[in-house]
Amino acid sequence: MIAEQLDNSVKPGVEGETLVKIRGLSYYRGSRAIFNGVDMDIVRGKITAIMGPSGTGKTTLLRLMGGQLKPSQGTVAVEGADVAKLKYTQLYALRKRMGMLFQNGALFTDINVFDNVAFPLREHTNLPDSMIRDLVLMKLEAVGLRGANQLMPSELSGGMARRVALARAIALDPMMIMYDEPFTGQDPISMGVLVRLLKTLNDALHLTSVLVSHDVKESLSIADYVYVISEGKVVEHGTPDTLRQSQSEWVQQFLEGLSDGPVPFHFPAADIETDLLKEGRS
Amino acid sequence: MIGMLQNLGAGALGIFERLGRGNLFLLNVLMGIPGLLLRFGLVVAQLYATGVLSLLIIGVAGLFVGMVLGLQGYNTLVTYGASESLGIFVALTLVRELGPVVSALLFAGRAGSALTAEIGLMKATEQLSAMEMMAVDPLHRVIAPRFLAGMIATPLLAALFSAVGVMGGYFVGVGLLGVDEGTFWSQMQDSVDLYDDVMNGVIKSVVFGFVVTWIAVFEGYDAVPTSEGVSRATTRTVVHGSLAVLGLDFVLTALMFGDN
Repeated sequence: MIAEQLDNSVKPGVEGETLVKIRGLSYYRGSRAIFNGVDMDIVRGKITAIMGPSGTGKTTLLRLMGGQLKPSQGTVAVEGADVAKLKYTQLYALRKRMGMLFQNGALFTDINVFDNVAFPLREHTNLPDSMIRDLVLMKLEAVGLRGANQLMPSELSGGMARRVALARAIALDPMMIMYDEPFTGQDPISMGVLVRLLKTLNDALHLTSVLVSHDVKESLSIADYVYVISEGKVVEHGTPDTLRQSQSEWVQQFLEGLSDGPVPFHFPAADIETDLLKEGRS
Repeated sequence: MIGMLQNLGAGALGIFERLGRGNLFLLNVLMGIPGLLLRFGLVVAQLYATGVLSLLIIGVAGLFVGMVLGLQGYNTLVTYGASESLGIFVALTLVRELGPVVSALLFAGRAGSALTAEIGLMKATEQLSAMEMMAVDPLHRVIAPRFLAGMIATPLLAALFSAVGVMGGYFVGVGLLGVDEGTFWSQMQDSVDLYDDVMNGVIKSVVFGFVVTWIAVFEGYDAVPTSEGVSRATTRTVVHGSLAVLGLDFVLTALMFGDN
């Protein structure tokens, strides 16, 4: 019904085909390379986790997929179309079919939960109010927050805010949804709820999910395929089981959360004796 | 020496780059305005926030400015035996100058700063990004209604400021200092010209409203998305907006009244 309102020409894709193809992606911020020759495939219908330490550009990658940033080199193609080369109207048409869950939810703070979820429906469809109401309540029911529909965002806990944002992200029945650090700062119960929701929604709605996270245990428990990125490159990729058996010391340090290893505990510095003696002299 | 020149060059380039960005931003916002005719409710909501909520400060300021004009004008005019011209003095000062200028300065401080802070915080909390990812252009959905509302509100607030100011001048001049009521109003009616005075004042306030609202929404949209960045952007709105009003006032006054 919503799909009819948005675009009749969109055909459902075949599960298992590549939905997002990233080739030779480089992105520079100033002179600093955030990505340097990254290749990735996001498969339709699956949950693909992109993992890596903080500051490795995971969120930047989502913004490149959504066309909010343009690559310095290489391509990000969604359904075969190079996102950076899409015209304004084409890009916005594509975004109607992509949902994104931001790290803090990014709910509109001046309107209540109901209106937040109804926002994309009101913007992109001409559905009558009664139908929008039913759809919003169904989306909120899916994330377990139908009863909270009249609350303001300031009255929600962090976990609830993300669930509302998730309901808003799926309001237009997108083909793909991108999650930016959905588990960060969650208590164990909220974390469990979100992990289950992500998996359930992906399977029930036949979504394609891109999950950016550094929460190893939770991400590996639901991901079908994992990319680990560091210093602008893909350092390992494969199924969660393949990754757990990786021989790479770096990957093992990341997965096990070891404080020392290829990523040293100490920030590079001069010899401590030299530093202390210098301090003494001055 | 070379380092100083480099810094100067970099600073100048930065200013021109920002000016260019501001102009492109304005172009995109203006392109969103026709679409608002079908969704005028968005503009009405912003008219309330920028206009109605500024009524108190504009009314009170207008009253006091008018009272001061009445008092100062009377003291000066009475020296030359021209106290009956107080009505003209108060009305022309308000309609031509103080109405548009002071109301625009107050608008920059009250509504402009609020617009910048609101948009800057929406950016800092990724609400604008979220809107983009929902295929809703924030320039058309968030910025354009605020811009149009600011432009509509400023001349109306200036008119209110002048009207209340005239009443303040009347209260002091006629009510307290004993100027003849009939002379006060009739001289004002004879001397204030609808096109030369009132319309020029309206044109000034439209220009001020355009510039101040443009600065306010651009500063918010262009703010560094941190608490410090939003704070700096808000300050810039008030400083740049006020200076722009005062500078433009001289230019417009020279164009409108320079050949008299």
